[in-house]
Amino acid sequence: MSTGPIQQAFEDARRRRRTAIAPFLTIGYPTVDASLDAVKAVATAGADLVELGIPFSDPLAEGPTIQMSSHHALGQGVTPAICIASAARLRADGLKIPLVFMGYYNPLMSYGLGRFCDAAAESGVNGLIVADLPTEEAGPLRSAAEKRGLDLIPLLALTSPEPRIAAACRDGRGFVYCVSLLGVTGARAMFSARVRGLVEVVRRHTSLPVAVGFGISTAAHVKETGEFADGVVVGSALIDAMRDGPVESAPERAEAYIRGLALGAARPTGHRGQGS
Amino acid sequence: MTTFPDTLGRFGRYGGKFVPETLMAALDELEREYNSAKKAPAFREELERLLKTYVGRPTPIYHAENLTRQLGGAEIYIKREDLAHTGAHKINNALGQALLARRLKKTRIIAETGAGQHGVATATVCAKLGLQCIVYMGEVDIARQASNVYRMKLLGAEVRSVTSGSRTLKDAINETIRDWVANVETSHYIIGSVVGPHPYPVMVRDFQSVIGQEARAQFQGLTGGLPDAAVACVGGGSNAMGLFSGFINDPSVRLIGVEAAGDGVNTPKHAATLTKGRPGVLHGSYSYLLQDENGQVQEAHSISAGLDYPGVGPEHSYLKDAERAQYVAITDEEALQGFDLLARSEGILPALEPAHAIAHLRALARELGRGKKILLLLSGRGDKDLNTVASARGVRL
Repeated sequence: MSTGPIQQAFEDARRRRRTAIAPFLTIGYPTVDASLDAVKAVATAGADLVELGIPFSDPLAEGPTIQMSSHHALGQGVTPAICIASAARLRADGLKIPLVFMGYYNPLMSYGLGRFCDAAAESGVNGLIVADLPTEEAGPLRSAAEKRGLDLIPLLALTSPEPRIAAACRDGRGFVYCVSLLGVTGARAMFSARVRGLVEVVRRHTSLPVAVGFGISTAAHVKETGEFADGVVVGSALIDAMRDGPVESAPERAEAYIRGLALGAARPTGHRGQGS
Repeated sequence: MTTFPDTLGRFGRYGGKFVPETLMAALDELEREYNSAKKAPAFREELERLLKTYVGRPTPIYHAENLTRQLGGAEIYIKREDLAHTGAHKINNALGQALLARRLKKTRIIAETGAGQHGVATATVCAKLGLQCIVYMGEVDIARQASNVYRMKLLGAEVRSVTSGSRTLKDAINETIRDWVANVETSHYIIGSVVGPHPYPVMVRDFQSVIGQEARAQFQGLTGGLPDAAVACVGGGSNAMGLFSGFINDPSVRLIGVEAAGDGVNTPKHAATLTKGRPGVLHGSYSYLLQDENGQVQEAHSISAGLDYPGVGPEHSYLKDAERAQYVAITDEEALQGFDLLARSEGILPALEPAHAIAHLRALARELGRGKKILLLLSGRGDKDLNTVASARGVRL
């Protein structure tokens, strides 16, 4: 299997001795335009790839922040078609870093899995993360995604037993997303040390990069996670930062927040990340 | 018909496990434990003993002569789940799952509730078995089912108000799943209907199948034969699956599920998932779903909190497509007439959920005609709905 743009982004970060940073933004929060400006702003601030959230009416893996941003975006009339058009706009504006759609299965099914993957790939999206699609249900989307060169990124949890980890690693593309805690998304003061053990097991089953998400909110979290993982996903804390002030300056706050977070991304030589 | 679900939890194309990865290990554990428990004599004996001595089973069936006479068609027989402890069929499942939770060594129970009947049943069995109980309930439902909220509290449960989305059953389930993701290692989620990820739809059906097993034997004892039609209301569809499971291999028995048409199936305000929805994924399974053209789940509407749900159990979707069961829809107004009909003719205040099934008897009794027999499942009693019925008529209690 050749290395796609997502894996390459992690590889580039590793060469620069940095922990890759993958911000999550909900398309349409606070407005479609502001969310797209925020994507560009976090790229300027050093993001290595961006997850574009497709809003869903019943986001059952999300805590209050992303429930709010998702609900708000639906109120703005955001649909999967608008998300696809948004990705195309970002590419037309020259955004180079990989883009990943993150959402829930039903809007994709409703759009048509094949049609959705065609349109997503066409728009310049590189991968998909689906929060309610465990590996045994992922077959139809996986084959539709693979046909168009989209990486279907697997999620693994602290509760995943090793055979499930092995299966997800075997089927996974792009990177492996390890959920750091038992619970929904949302910024936490402390985050679980147990995820280190999960990442170690994942490494035994794949050479794909490993990113950790859920609960990450500070540069210190990034530094700590960078000791054992290749990247971090940060969503709720970023959206909290965007919420905290006027809509017009939400992209600036997103940029400032990611710059602050990226202070934790520099790695000492000899870290234990991928390939080392 | 009886071989479903398959090992992936599919009833034909419906069902499955569409949940966050964190829950997958717990679902596998639950499935293993359930499969071992249902073969374990000690588990079965304890469940049967409690169903008999604590729940009050078997619940009776009787010939509703006044109602039959009034409708002037087929003979109507009523299976009385309203006479079960706590006043509805919900306790059959809550008890089975609570015993299972004890085998799983999980002492914290979480549950969602719409009308409050499942919440009350869960709070009841938790009190009985010494388990901690937290019930999530939509803010709208808390307002319209105040007496059930208080009952749960009296039974020692904590009731958590859900203020997201439509603030009804759908959102209560979302919030319970979120709690479960955070507390999966110590908590068991007692889902109240034949919905959710595998193994819930089959497990809840099995715990409710006591209704159909009893009903079939009782009906034969009473009439010497089988009914021509078995009728039950369908929200998520647990009482209907419990009844249908007793007759599924009797092709002469028509199985009829009655959904809530709210203001009407051609208005935006209804809960007629099988009648008007299209398949999609909600709450862990693939089934008929009320959704818009972009795959966003739509808010359901029904006067009855227990039917106010945009999804439906996957086995119902299968039975619909296979044409083994037929699904019809009854409006709020018709359900209120059904409520009155049973109250005045038989002296029973039904819950608003089965009042939908009762309302359908007008057409069905006539359609089948004299000499035919209908078995109606009265899934719960109406005490909880007095405020709703009164306010629908402009009466203040």
